[in-house]
Amino acid sequence: MSLIDSVSFPRSVRLPRVDGLIQWIVPLAIIAIWQLACVTGFVPTRVLPAPSDVVLAGWKLLLSGELVRNIWVSFWRASIGFLIGGSIGFAFGLANGLSQLSAKLTDTTLQMVRNVPHLALIPLVILWFGIDESAKLFLVALGVFFPIYLNTLHGIRTVDPQLIEMGRIYGMTDGELFRRVIFPGALPSIFVGIRFALGIMWLTLIVAETIAASSGLGYMAMQAREFMLIDVVVLSILIYALLGKLADSASRVLERLTLAWHPAFQKR
Amino acid sequence: MQTALRTSLPETGLASRANFAPHARVVREERPVHTSGLPLSIRGLRKSFGDNEVLRGIDLHIPAGQFVAIVGKSGCGKSTLLRLIAGLEKVDAGSISFGDQVQPEDIRVMFQEPRLLPWARVLANVKVGLGRDRASGDAQSRAEKALSEVGLADKRGQWPSVLSGGQKQRVALARALVSRPRVLAFDEPLGALDALTRISMQRLLERVWRDQGFTAILVTHDVSEAVALADRVLVIEEGRIAHDVLVNAARPRERGSVELAGLEGSILSHLLSADDRT
Repeated sequence: MSLIDSVSFPRSVRLPRVDGLIQWIVPLAIIAIWQLACVTGFVPTRVLPAPSDVVLAGWKLLLSGELVRNIWVSFWRASIGFLIGGSIGFAFGLANGLSQLSAKLTDTTLQMVRNVPHLALIPLVILWFGIDESAKLFLVALGVFFPIYLNTLHGIRTVDPQLIEMGRIYGMTDGELFRRVIFPGALPSIFVGIRFALGIMWLTLIVAETIAASSGLGYMAMQAREFMLIDVVVLSILIYALLGKLADSASRVLERLTLAWHPAFQKR
Repeated sequence: MQTALRTSLPETGLASRANFAPHARVVREERPVHTSGLPLSIRGLRKSFGDNEVLRGIDLHIPAGQFVAIVGKSGCGKSTLLRLIAGLEKVDAGSISFGDQVQPEDIRVMFQEPRLLPWARVLANVKVGLGRDRASGDAQSRAEKALSEVGLADKRGQWPSVLSGGQKQRVALARALVSRPRVLAFDEPLGALDALTRISMQRLLERVWRDQGFTAILVTHDVSEAVALADRVLVIEEGRIAHDVLVNAARPRERGSVELAGLEGSILSHLLSADDRT
């Protein structure tokens, strides 16, 4: 991507201040066309409310405090579920990447469980936990577990064995070897897992909240459907998109900070 | 450091000497006057991988501070011999001894690949070479000194990914040198470099060897590199030392000189004639 950039745009033509804004041109254009289509009556507002109506609905909900409360609840569920599932996945990835015994013991089982779509467990989860917080946390954690587990494992398994041999020759202890060679070597792959997991985290939460919840963004959308408040439904969907983008950006920033050594992240 | 005694090749040249007995061993001590190196004695060394016997009885004495090159065809066991000396593989039979109590920091290896940590800056990579002394107070200054010895003091804060192949290998050399090793084993360290970088790296290797006086063992498939650098060239064939040749040319050596070229030619013809026999 970066190569094509630098090939097709000579430096003199590039406008550095515009660079950061380019990514927003398409979403803004879509919104503009959408607004136009609604205002001209090309799209009936019963089918799709105009962006201005959505913003208005958002403003009303913001004033009532309902919006902030629901976003906060969803955000909290997503983060806690991510933390729980992510840490367990990371721990298993480490254990199975570093120890043959552990891998033999648990990997087959985990691969079997992985092939069950975790959303298929929703009926069971409702029977177990009701529509309590723990039901949502369980589903998010389960969804997040596998991408992080698989990518941590893959990252550790693919650390250059020549570097490990080098570390041993230069007298690194097991702890140092992990800290200075294995973990940094696995980190790019772990980040791939994190970004996958963030996507699955939102997906799981939306589904879980629309099916079984009494608060949160998904619940807000379902309630709005009951009362035919189509602008609120669209608002909820847009907020999910924004939160997803936010989570992805956060992981990108983290990636940039920790993988500064990686040629892909170096400034040209 | 190098005396006038070794100004020329042995009178008769190598071909005649190596011809009459494939296992003829010429034991004449060649070493820098001041050496920190360790002598190396290998007796009856054997090593197999599965059914494949790679080394079939190696007997070898390397005096302290000597620069030995090991040449041979691919798969002849030269790299295995080096890995055994460096302690990277376990000995099946026989012994390797260094005539002294050896610390892990005394023996260092340099590989064909630089094997730098991509996520550590150049100076931190050099510090890795200090082994257990990493945490000591003078670690920083020792690493900086090693880096200037290889001429890369100005690259200390760079990531390895921005360095050229030759520069990476120089950082790897600095990392190997920083602990002041007494034996330095090179496993085709210049194999992946272009011809010009190779020559300047050879000069650098020769210089640090003369400055520091470690015992150097260089595995290479490049016979001209072997005769340009080494005091002594061992030719390994089928897991045994087939020829043991002294190179008495004066240092610093002139590349492409007639005597070195002659020596190179005769070693090459031995390697190739072994090919014809099989």
